[in-house]
Amino acid sequence: MLIIGERINVITKTQREAMQKRDKGPIQEMAKNQVRCGAGMLDINIGPAEDDGEGLMDWMVKTVQEVAHVPLCLDTTNPAAMEAGLKAHDNTWGRAMINSASGEEERLNCMMPLAGKYNSLIIGLTLNKQGIPALAEDRCAIAAEIMGKAAECGVPMEDIYLDPLIMPVPFSQEKSLESIRAIRMFKELNDPPMKTVVGLSNISNGAPKELRPLLNRVYTALLMYEGLDSAIIDPLELEMIQVIKTTDILMGKTLYAHSYLEM
Amino acid sequence: MAFVVPKDTYNGRVFEVEIGTGAKAVKIGGENTLPFLTFEGEVPNMPVIAHEIQDVLPEDWPETVQAAYKDVSGDPVKWAKHCQDNLGAQVIALRLLGTHPDRQDRSPEDAAKTVSDVLAAIDVPLIILGSNHAEKDAQVLRAACDAAKDRNCLIGKAQEANYKTIVAAAMASGHKIIAMSDLDVNLAKQLNILITQMGFDKEKIMTDPMSSALGYGIEYTYSVMERIRAASLNQNDATMSPPIVNDIGMYVWKVKETMASESDLPAWGSLEERAIGWESTTAVGLMMAGSDLLIMRHPKAIETVRKVVAELA
Repeated sequence: MLIIGERINVITKTQREAMQKRDKGPIQEMAKNQVRCGAGMLDINIGPAEDDGEGLMDWMVKTVQEVAHVPLCLDTTNPAAMEAGLKAHDNTWGRAMINSASGEEERLNCMMPLAGKYNSLIIGLTLNKQGIPALAEDRCAIAAEIMGKAAECGVPMEDIYLDPLIMPVPFSQEKSLESIRAIRMFKELNDPPMKTVVGLSNISNGAPKELRPLLNRVYTALLMYEGLDSAIIDPLELEMIQVIKTTDILMGKTLYAHSYLEM
Repeated sequence: MAFVVPKDTYNGRVFEVEIGTGAKAVKIGGENTLPFLTFEGEVPNMPVIAHEIQDVLPEDWPETVQAAYKDVSGDPVKWAKHCQDNLGAQVIALRLLGTHPDRQDRSPEDAAKTVSDVLAAIDVPLIILGSNHAEKDAQVLRAACDAAKDRNCLIGKAQEANYKTIVAAAMASGHKIIAMSDLDVNLAKQLNILITQMGFDKEKIMTDPMSSALGYGIEYTYSVMERIRAASLNQNDATMSPPIVNDIGMYVWKVKETMASESDLPAWGSLEERAIGWESTTAVGLMMAGSDLLIMRHPKAIETVRKVVAELA
């Protein structure tokens, strides 16, 4: 499964301050660590970035790819900043991913054309102006709209990663299964199957700190079983990586060897 | 309606490993598709065949194959030159069988001298094989690695019981390694992992799944080979991407079909044809499963397999 590292984000104090000061150190350190732990892609979350978003995203992409030879997942709602990131992205190790378009018309109309223009991958969140649908079926309806817009913009179906969005189990326990069901249904929307992604840690949002890692990793195993292709997680959490590797072995996606955890 | 061949594309690729030095160096592997499917992928190198010679007279070889080398097999240097100059050998495999404690129990130093002498006489790449006695091989191959320094040889075989010494010696002298495990794809992967964890370059290994003769377990060998190749091409598993080497002469030339006389078994027909055919068929079968390098004995079997490769290329 593709691991997208989530640690470079504007919410984390050290990363946010490094971004504000344009201090490469903490950002590059975190990039290298995440790749070392198994991240195949790094999420670069600069937030709405109303103040010089373009300059910041350009600087972030170059700073990170200077030391981490992986593709980046560009995470911002600012379309100009998104475009700046796509322009600056070095595609040698893989194409960039737009995080994200959604079923919400304005967002879909400004992000999807960028995927077409820059030949990038794109995450499609299956929510719209009304919010996150209750049922997997309704998420599929939104997914179909996203896929329709993709076809219009010349974006291949293989380049879309559908995200069913995850509700926190402490508040919406009954919704946990629904997101898993949605993953299964999304894959059936096309042949070859559509790709999927989730922002994992939301499942444990609101739970006590010591419970969160356990909820996160068991949920990951369940989602992987239903065909999850990629996840935005903290790669530095060793036990999560171990669960991902073990699930890949148990599902026959990786050939077993006694030292499989070390690979 | 014109027939369009369906093509598969794969995520992974077999590593290309070079052995030998200078103009006669040989590249092995490098393909990114299933065996011989040149229409759908890249196959930069066709399977290579190595002629097997030994450091001592091969008295235990069946008559049919002993006869093919009767004038030269008493002297490894003569034997090596004969294979290179008269038989067109691309690669020579020197098996140091005489070092086995139950045979002549030759010393590592004597084995190293044989290695030096053979290397002085040839310019094609050399594969250096122990006698398959784990402890003795560790000492013998360490000495051989040193004697063969700068010739980029292929050293075999590193197994679970003795790989540390052999890999360290190969690393020190710049050689390539054959890693062998017992007909088990998961153990084959584990051994390659252990070897690379020592700091040995994963692109300097060849995987020996342990060969078997036709009728005597060939299906076990080719099943393991297919799973190794599938892991490399479909799952892009780097630990399973070394080229595959099959040491088949030693397994083929001990089965009844290569030895039973026509008077004992008239229904089996000509001994010579049958025995040579047994080696060629074993080789071709394993090539279909992904063999990149074959170590063989009988010159006529080698010729036959070369013809098959030429037609499939």
